[in-house]
Amino acid sequence: MKITETNKKRMIKIFVFFFAISSFSALLIYAFSKNMVYFYTPSQIVKQEAPINSFIRIGGMVKVNSFQKSKDSLKVTFKIYDLNEEINVNYEGILPDLFAEGQGVVMTGKLINKNTFVANEVLAKHDENYMPPEVADMMKERKGDSNNK
Amino acid sequence: MNISKIANLKFFFTNTKNLSRFLGLFTFILFFFGIYWGLYVAPSDYLQGESYRIMYLHVPAAWLSLQVYMFMAITGFVSLVWKVKIMEIISIQCAPIGAYFTLIALVTGMVWGKPTWGTYWVWDARLTSELILLFLYIGVIALYSAFSDKRQAVKITSLLAIVGLVNIPIIHYSVEWWNTLHQGPSVTKFEQPSMHISMLLPLLYMFLVFNVYFIAVLIKRVQLGIYNREKRSKWMEDYLSD
Repeated sequence: MKITETNKKRMIKIFVFFFAISSFSALLIYAFSKNMVYFYTPSQIVKQEAPINSFIRIGGMVKVNSFQKSKDSLKVTFKIYDLNEEINVNYEGILPDLFAEGQGVVMTGKLINKNTFVANEVLAKHDENYMPPEVADMMKERKGDSNNK
Repeated sequence: MNISKIANLKFFFTNTKNLSRFLGLFTFILFFFGIYWGLYVAPSDYLQGESYRIMYLHVPAAWLSLQVYMFMAITGFVSLVWKVKIMEIISIQCAPIGAYFTLIALVTGMVWGKPTWGTYWVWDARLTSELILLFLYIGVIALYSAFSDKRQAVKITSLLAIVGLVNIPIIHYSVEWWNTLHQGPSVTKFEQPSMHISMLLPLLYMFLVFNVYFIAVLIKRVQLGIYNREKRSKWMEDYLSD
């Protein structure tokens, strides 16, 4: 295909058009990116970036050995954490199959104070790792070995 | 064989019949082996058990939904700049195929989401931007059918396709830019894939199968597009009456 003067003009027009559209959307996304956060992390909540007593979502990892279940109801409590901070969670209801200590969760609910969250929906978030069970066991063992040394 | 010959509508229409038939049959055979590999041979996942196997439909469909869109925008660009008839037809015929791939990705994602996350749908950035992609495809199809002058229509839909190209990096990077319920990329990143090789190989194979399927269906649809545009021309009447 030859590039004539007419072709060049058309190309430039389209490029300018596309450049305008993409800068427009880049600015738009940049301006709204704070509102596009799907959930808050425990660190953000401790820094009081999330409003108290209004419906929000928070996400984090369930702390190992923090899960407690009530004997005569569906009430559960556990802690979630991210890199630095921890939040207490109260929830009453059915948990998804993938819910487990050490796994990720995303919850909808209200903060009743700056480190207690009352959830009315708990969703499990899994990571991008896929492997057969035997490989997962092997990796766990290896990790255990390096911790013992 | 040179480019201008393939770009000739008559040449394309009269010479690709056997090719599209062969590719259709070929897809069917490839797909059968891919499903067997993904559903029976590949090991189950340490965390999700068997339910992760829907990945073998979900992930290739989602990749193709992006790839077909880019192909539609690029051929649209070429048709805008050079006014090549065959490119106009290819560009617009990509839209329904891409829409189907997007729909498959969304529906299989919902079916997968219920047992793993605990919900069919959430409005996180990945799911929402993929839904917007479906609306873009539908927009292109609707816009095309709104014009009676089809050459004029392709000009407009090509522009819309180019505008919508902005959405493609947003879909891909949504899981990295924002907190989302959808997990990050396992394969399409520069580091080593976070997936065991025994699960990754059937996935890449299925991606290949979906690509063959795409080419087979595209050829078929382009033939249809050529027929619709040229049905009153002399060569088409001669060809069909033979």
